[in-house]
Amino acid sequence: MEIPYTDKARPDTGLFNAKVGIWLFLASEIMLFGALFSAYILLRVGADPGTWPQGLLNIPIGTFNTAVLITSSVTVVLGWASLKMGNFGAYRKYQAITILCALGFLGIKSFEYKDKWTHYEVWKTDGTRMTGHIEGSPWFWKTETLTKLKLESIKFTPDATHYNDPKTHAADAKADHGTAHKEAVEIKTSEIKRLSAFVPAHSTFFAIYFTITALHGLHVLCGALVIAYILGPGAKMWKTNPEQYMNRVEVSGLFWHFVDLVWIFLFPVVYLL
Amino acid sequence: MDATKHAGHHHDVHSDSHHHELNFWQKYIFSTDHKVIGIQYGVMALIFLFLGFCLMMMMRWSIAYPDTPIPVVGKLLLSVFGPEAMPNGAMGPDLYNSFGAMHGTIMVFLAIVPLAFGAFGNYVVPLQIGAPDMAFPRLNMASFQCFFLGGVVMFSSFFIPGGAAKSGWTSYSPLATFAERGYDWNGQTFWLIGMVLLITSSLLGAVNFIATIIQLRAPGMTWMRMPFFCWAQFITAFLLLLAFPPLEAAGIMQLMDNLAGTSFFLPSGLMLGGTTPVPISGGGSPLLWQHLFWFLGHPEVYVLILPAMGIVAEVIANNTRKPIWGYKSLVYSVFALGFLSFIVWAHHMYLTGMGTKISTFFQTTTMIISIPSVIILTCLFVSLWGGSIRFNTQMLFALAFLPMFGIGGLTGLPLGFNFADLHLHDTYYVIAHFHYVVAPGTIFGLFAGIYHWYPKITGRFMNEFWGKTHFWLSLIFMNVVFQPMFLQGMHGMLRRMYNGGATYAATAEQIGLPQAILDLNKWVSHGAWFLGLAQIPFIINFFWSIQKGKKVTSDNPWDATTVEWQTPTPPPHGNFSKPITVHRGPYEYSVPGHASDFTPQTEPVKGSKH
Repeated sequence: MEIPYTDKARPDTGLFNAKVGIWLFLASEIMLFGALFSAYILLRVGADPGTWPQGLLNIPIGTFNTAVLITSSVTVVLGWASLKMGNFGAYRKYQAITILCALGFLGIKSFEYKDKWTHYEVWKTDGTRMTGHIEGSPWFWKTETLTKLKLESIKFTPDATHYNDPKTHAADAKADHGTAHKEAVEIKTSEIKRLSAFVPAHSTFFAIYFTITALHGLHVLCGALVIAYILGPGAKMWKTNPEQYMNRVEVSGLFWHFVDLVWIFLFPVVYLL
Repeated sequence: MDATKHAGHHHDVHSDSHHHELNFWQKYIFSTDHKVIGIQYGVMALIFLFLGFCLMMMMRWSIAYPDTPIPVVGKLLLSVFGPEAMPNGAMGPDLYNSFGAMHGTIMVFLAIVPLAFGAFGNYVVPLQIGAPDMAFPRLNMASFQCFFLGGVVMFSSFFIPGGAAKSGWTSYSPLATFAERGYDWNGQTFWLIGMVLLITSSLLGAVNFIATIIQLRAPGMTWMRMPFFCWAQFITAFLLLLAFPPLEAAGIMQLMDNLAGTSFFLPSGLMLGGTTPVPISGGGSPLLWQHLFWFLGHPEVYVLILPAMGIVAEVIANNTRKPIWGYKSLVYSVFALGFLSFIVWAHHMYLTGMGTKISTFFQTTTMIISIPSVIILTCLFVSLWGGSIRFNTQMLFALAFLPMFGIGGLTGLPLGFNFADLHLHDTYYVIAHFHYVVAPGTIFGLFAGIYHWYPKITGRFMNEFWGKTHFWLSLIFMNVVFQPMFLQGMHGMLRRMYNGGATYAATAEQIGLPQAILDLNKWVSHGAWFLGLAQIPFIINFFWSIQKGKKVTSDNPWDATTVEWQTPTPPPHGNFSKPITVHRGPYEYSVPGHASDFTPQTEPVKGSKH
């Protein structure tokens, strides 16, 4: 038994099965990310005025990562076009670049993540608060960590400005985050009301930022794995059934463009706005 | 061209090599055949339906006789769940909440949807459109496996410390996050992971169904020659495809709230039995969960009902021996239902204080959505007019579906008006309303489907006498169970109380629920247990008929027109023994001048080349 239209397009719809399938899948993906973006909007609109963290993400790195993904979008379509013209060698080169871009993107993203997980905010009992780094750059500390480690005080290097209050430090405002520091200070544990790294539990901003970028990262990873599979072990099909092989490349490319598109929306929303 | 020829040749070789015998595992467990997968779905869903029903029967004891040891199973539950959940063998409030939440979850996501969509859709749709299989057979298998795993995760949560999820099938935050704060991997976490698996399953299924219907219709099977059942499944698949992902997103966010300490759905200053706020960042919105949940939740209602409507249409056309009245109206109505079901969700949220303007919008759309529902029901009713009806078991179930679904639908109108809903919200009235839609509605439709397609699947009929016994007892006890709940609800009796509202009984000093209303609890509970007994004829009939039922003498025992009856019985892998071409519409019964009172869709039109 053979299933019709796995390689050839059905005449009246003009589509092969997998193309229908991937578009439907992408429709549901739009609803998935759409729900998360809606959550972002609702949380941000509902936040108390002036409390939404802004400017905490590194815009140059984010811009570079955007460029990396756009490059991969170009190479993925060039790869498919080369294959359509029968140039298997060029296709392989282009797809290799696509995969490298994907890995580069994930590498840069994990660097950004690590940066956040070692960056802290301290709420003091006197009502003041500051962001900065703890000596030794530990990961994931929270308020309970201090009592668990029986620390009497921490050595804290505050940032030049606080994200909710950049205007009061207009002189330092030009300085990049994480590079311009004030003098290190000693903060007693008893003075600390709350301590949190820039992790999801820090605020709803970081909650939605990490959730949505991690889900996107997962999509990048899966997309890269699929493209790598088709390029590597799956390439045998080029000899046995080139029509279907080209369909596979096309379908994986469609998914890849979608993943890029999500980032095109994600970047301005979380980095710039 | 050379490449294509080459490829075509390869295919032949490939399919030849498929003729070797499949072993048991390939044939029944890891099958990619849509019919086997349909049966797998059906069997699992019926098991879950039974288990979900059992949970309810035990809950009904607690409602009728609160704090009294449960007979028969009390000791067993005590030994499984421990004395804290089952004090003295009576059901404790926490266990009741678990059972309530899981009854809803199991019935909706593990029983009805898999049976209506997974089982009937998988088995019947490819046959009705003349396809050899689904468009993506391996995805189909993965879909069932995800469903199975999701079911296992859901069920195992009963036996973990803290027990299964107990925040209702709607899992409202912040309750869902704090109900079992003591355990990180608590019932709610299991629930969310189970849901993610079930959502993945229905996503794979939905993509597959739509692609199959678009791509694999047999030659001549134009859109308007498709049986109504396929249309119903087509729209259902779209609902699943587009409505479930927001719940998946919400599930991920609630999982983050529970495990990573985020505050997506937790407001600032939240306090739990104390005066100091919970140490969380706050700033989240409990309403956000409700919006995302009901964005799935309402289309889900139509996921539950549309396949049943499809089955009922097939059964009615077949047994009135005349075409369905208003086939096109049915198709357009089901489209309208599908679209409108996405913009009515907040009528579940009138009481949240989201504002009168928003309430008015959703009230309006809710009233509009009743129009296509009424068109469908009217078409089906009018189809009966002037027919020479065969009152076999499936027809009885299909006929009972019409008034039962009618009651369910019409009692929904007061809930759709926000002023009336303020009084009825969260009462037994709501329970009665949606159970009328789903239990004597959808489940009767599904029973009709089982009796109707059983001969195609097994090659034997189910017993008519026991089928009719099953029908009449079910019909009577369904109404015994659900009619009194309307009355209880209108008196203001709230749902989700383990003692059935005894806390709010009227006394000499205070206004409350009258004793007569509370006494109805016992009446309803007995109805539920008898309803359980009424299913015994069905269960025995179902298994007995596989081996001992009357054998079918033809491949088309009901003299039906649709294409699924043109296959050998049971259909082999690949379905059709010869290529199928469709020449006419789906319901050409009693065509004047035709020798028999039915004209199969595959019969060529005389004097025409097509």
